[in-house]
Amino acid sequence: MFAEFLQFLLSGITIGAIYALAGLGFSIIYNSSHVINFAQGEFIMVGAMSTVALVGTGVPLPVAILIAIVATMLVGLALEKFAIEPARNADVVTLIIITIGASIFLRGVAQVLWGKDFHSLRAFTGDTPINIMGATIVPQSLWVLGVTMVVIIALGWFFSRTLAGKAMLATSYNRLAAQLCGIAVKRVLMLSFGLSAMLGAIGGIVVTPITFTSYEAGIMLGLKGFTAAVLGGLGNGAGAVVGGLIVGVAEAMGAGYISSAYKDAIAFVIILFVLFFMPSGLFGKRATDRV
Amino acid sequence: MQRNRYIGLAVLAIVIALLPLAFSNNYHYDIAILAGFNAIVCVGLNLLVGYAGQISLGHAGFFALGAYASGILTTRYGVPPLLALLSGAVFVGFLAFVLARPILRLKGHYLAMATLGIGIIISIVLNTESWITGGPDGLMTDAFSVAGVALTTEKTWYWVVGGLLLFAVWLALNIIDSPIGRALRALHGSEVGAQVVGVDTTQYKVLVFVISAVFASVVGSLFAHYVGLMTPTSAGFMKSVELVAMVVFGGMASTYGAVVGAAILTSLPQFLATLHDYEAVVLGAVLMGTMIFMPRGLLPTMVRLIRRWGQ
Repeated sequence: MFAEFLQFLLSGITIGAIYALAGLGFSIIYNSSHVINFAQGEFIMVGAMSTVALVGTGVPLPVAILIAIVATMLVGLALEKFAIEPARNADVVTLIIITIGASIFLRGVAQVLWGKDFHSLRAFTGDTPINIMGATIVPQSLWVLGVTMVVIIALGWFFSRTLAGKAMLATSYNRLAAQLCGIAVKRVLMLSFGLSAMLGAIGGIVVTPITFTSYEAGIMLGLKGFTAAVLGGLGNGAGAVVGGLIVGVAEAMGAGYISSAYKDAIAFVIILFVLFFMPSGLFGKRATDRV
Repeated sequence: MQRNRYIGLAVLAIVIALLPLAFSNNYHYDIAILAGFNAIVCVGLNLLVGYAGQISLGHAGFFALGAYASGILTTRYGVPPLLALLSGAVFVGFLAFVLARPILRLKGHYLAMATLGIGIIISIVLNTESWITGGPDGLMTDAFSVAGVALTTEKTWYWVVGGLLLFAVWLALNIIDSPIGRALRALHGSEVGAQVVGVDTTQYKVLVFVISAVFASVVGSLFAHYVGLMTPTSAGFMKSVELVAMVVFGGMASTYGAVVGAAILTSLPQFLATLHDYEAVVLGAVLMGTMIFMPRGLLPTMVRLIRRWGQ
């Protein structure tokens, strides 16, 4: 009984960590530009698929991972430079359509380059399951959790201790004031897309040995990441991480105890309930309108 | 305004009447019919997105509910198609009414999230409850018939859909010119401002949400009868995105823009099909490019260019 519960909890936290990374990506871009980047899921896919492709050509795994992360960041930067920046003053809906157009485009490119098949990646350190109080966990899950933790700690350090990080925070609080203080707001925007792409790629790569990947894998992962970010309150980094874990665990519990067919619906049922009662998410600031 | 409206409707009617001259086979009719279906949904959705400024990423859910209501009622319970269509519309209208109040309190991206969630939940339910919906394999539906006369050929469908599109556009233009339309535009400009001058913004948002959902449901019902096979993908996130993309692509807050957007984005993939694998790449690039260089949408930008050229 307890072992079963622990099993669901562990798998929930593992996938929740990926949602958390995706949610952080949404939050970082939202903070710097007030854009919801619907291509965030495609960053996850591009990171995973390009690692798979590189390993397939015989590149050693660590090198492949590095190249894939850099490649995904370049995709993120290109997206900002060529699609978001020229449309800076467009409507929210228009920007949403632009990022959705980008996601369709990236999926299309991935399909041309790598086909429609599902791909997997060898686990980083073997497949022997580890037994924890009756529940089993694959070593790759530990990689997912460890890497996510390191990334979150590094991000915390980045935003509180480095000049670039502080510039990004300042821009998110007040764009104009930040610009007046001499912060290169455009560069902050570029940085936010690069950073989000990196987070997506890392998440996608570490989880691929467990979940497989395909050119369409980014759609659901991206939407769940968006759910995580909204659940925690858009723009709230810690909130996105908590949101991701809640979504992941609820999903695993729901699939285990209620119905696996409705696994993907659980995240959206939760978010609807939360939004009905707390229109700004769990930890979001109450917004006021200026007339 | 009044005169412009009838000129626009006349142009649309002439285009619909002359288009078949360019058709050489049923496949062309088929594309035109699908474009017409999408155009009607978009004309309704445009009231919500373009005029009231409320985004919805879940309207495919309402479309699919209408379609499945018709499919299930006619094939399993022997209900006449027209009655099934109306029942579906009433059901969807009621559902939209119940959902509208809590949802439309939300703003911007939170609203996008909530509507997206509703659409996805609907598609997952349709996918899972296969005992009544047929699940992923889909649901077969019979031809649409009223009083014993069945709509079977592409040609008859074309004229029916064309007529409905004209009616939908006329209806939308009337709504926009009525006090409701003015309230919606005030709401789009500034919600608090509209409230201060005495506009019951919640009531109007709910109203237009229900109207757009009913538009989608009615078209969904007809679509189900036309294609004869409904699958849950027609309720999916991508279908909702497609609908919003058509509205924004053609030009927000422009009823004819919604029609143009639907016509182009429905037929484009058919032409691109010759590109095989590159279809998605080109579609994504066209979508991005149009929105970057014409953020106001295709039709308003064209109209402005022509005006400037005319001067």
